[in-house]
Amino acid sequence: MLYREAGQFKTSYAADQQLFPILQDRVAVLAFLLIAFVVVPLIATDYWYSAILIPLLVFSLATIGLNILTGYAGQLSLGSAAFMAVGAVAAYNFQLRVPGMPVLVSFVLGGFMAALVGMIFGLPSLRIKGFYLAVATLAAQFFIPWLLVKVSWFSNDSASGVIAAQPINILGYAFDTPASKYLLVLAIVALLALAAKNMVRGRIGRAWMAVRDMDVAAEVIGIRMLHTKLTAFAVSSFYCGVAGALYAFAYLGTVQPEDFNLDLSFRILFMVIIGGVGSILGSFLGAAFITLLPIFLDVLLTDIARGFNLSLMPGTISMAQLVVFGALIIFFLIVEPHGLARLWQIAKEKLRLWPFPH
Amino acid sequence: MQFFFEVLIGGLLAGVMYSLVALGFVLIYKASGVFNFAQGAMVFFAALTFVGLQQKFALPFWVAFACTLAVMVALGMLTERIVLRPLVNQPQISLFMATIGLAFFLEGLAQLIWGTEVRPLDIGIKNEPVQWAMDRFNMLIIKTDVAAALVAGLLVSVLAVFFNRTRIGRALRAVADDHQAALAVGIPLKQIWAIVWSVAGFVALVAGLMWGARSGVQFALTFTALKALPVLILGGFESIAGAIVGGLIIGAAEKLAEVYLGPKVGGGIEGWFAYVLALVFLLIRPEGLFGEKRIDRV
Repeated sequence: MLYREAGQFKTSYAADQQLFPILQDRVAVLAFLLIAFVVVPLIATDYWYSAILIPLLVFSLATIGLNILTGYAGQLSLGSAAFMAVGAVAAYNFQLRVPGMPVLVSFVLGGFMAALVGMIFGLPSLRIKGFYLAVATLAAQFFIPWLLVKVSWFSNDSASGVIAAQPINILGYAFDTPASKYLLVLAIVALLALAAKNMVRGRIGRAWMAVRDMDVAAEVIGIRMLHTKLTAFAVSSFYCGVAGALYAFAYLGTVQPEDFNLDLSFRILFMVIIGGVGSILGSFLGAAFITLLPIFLDVLLTDIARGFNLSLMPGTISMAQLVVFGALIIFFLIVEPHGLARLWQIAKEKLRLWPFPH
Repeated sequence: MQFFFEVLIGGLLAGVMYSLVALGFVLIYKASGVFNFAQGAMVFFAALTFVGLQQKFALPFWVAFACTLAVMVALGMLTERIVLRPLVNQPQISLFMATIGLAFFLEGLAQLIWGTEVRPLDIGIKNEPVQWAMDRFNMLIIKTDVAAALVAGLLVSVLAVFFNRTRIGRALRAVADDHQAALAVGIPLKQIWAIVWSVAGFVALVAGLMWGARSGVQFALTFTALKALPVLILGGFESIAGAIVGGLIIGAAEKLAEVYLGPKVGGGIEGWFAYVLALVFLLIRPEGLFGEKRIDRV
């Protein structure tokens, strides 16, 4: 009853083609943005910013990137962390070596470098599919961090190998508090997410989905394989690159290629699977789930241990995390292969009818 | 020249280790079309369970082996029942991702039960050089490596006999060929899958023992098991011979590249060389040396 679209007439093509055609959707999105930009800064603490909100946003961006590649274009990739690394190191180098470079521009340029590298490692996708491609992206995942560490020019020949990311300074305003970093990351992520949502329902998005569903048929009807697949890799790597730059500049404060390892790639893939393959909203849900789950588990396990008067061994919590992740992946794949986003869609469908039976 | 042979033999023997893990992959892929990403985790789980049982209950070797084998068989059957059967008609990507989840689950479970410290594994063969080779040719060949090669050879022969001479082996080959046709002739598909996963568990146990004896049972085992993927790409996903040949090639190429190309680029090539080699191979011959050519029908 509340979520009806009956009575909403579109009187122009522009209104018909808008991103959120249903009024309630628009209201909900605006409300969310309002809460995120205005309400959260009023009530959140520094811990919430640095430990929960900023990584959540950064990982959502990376998940959107991987979702574009794996969910919309159907190219399975296990190398997303490597592209994040490229973005981070490139942004650092642009910021370092070009005098007077604005930080935002170096983020974008970092993303472009990642897109370039993504296109190179995406070339095999023209010949191989499925998990063969996954192994090819594994090559990227192992090779790129090695290269970034080996060639000391990337890390400015720093002896310890630990590079501190430059402070963020936009138009004279320094983004050094967690709250300001949060707002910056939020703005960038919101913008890029909107762009992604627009892309996937446009011509290029349909081409991606056609390639995912049946690429031979897509080629037959005239969709250019090379163009489509490489664009998927480029856009996805751009998003991962910007996410990597944000990860280094706004979350960690250091640029370390070793951080962007296979484990991170798997985490992003899990976010895609749990959140919903092929859904922008799902990327946010999945990232929120995977970011909040370790904290939740930590609190739960320590409480249980205290309740039973046991002392936890150091590795127990991280191992329990692995067990729960693995079990959840399997559970989601069996019960709801389209992830949390599908559950939300089902809820919306029910909301359209409620409280009426049909 | 002699150094070259030493590196080559070392590489071949390391490759045998990879083949052991790849064998498990091939078995499962042949019979059920599932790419079991969790094979490395199964190797780790088997090795850790064996060592844990051996140390905690002070069991002799064969008793611990039998117990671990029972555990792996049970694990295989549970996996087939809980993970695979509900996902029977889903796209291959879903199954692949389910096995990734399974891998994480097994890794976490193994370390939750047995702890996270590195454990040495003792199978009665020491980690020392073969004295005869040392004296005669001045070459360094480790005993455990040779033992692993012999065990691998034995395992492959046993599997070959099993597949080609027994009734169950014939049923497995039939299921690998065409599930529906096998069902039509009355082969119990679900039992066959349970058997396949159990055999893969056995292979994982053997691989785990060899790996553990070589470098101790530790979490890094799962990463080396990941190297079995390039082995499969080289050898073909459906071929046991391919797993062996692919493993030998990858092992030798990796070691030779590390020794001869490594110094030119600063070392550390071993981490990614196998994957890049597999990538190049994929572009030339996607189905591997012994694999079946995939024909996509629309």
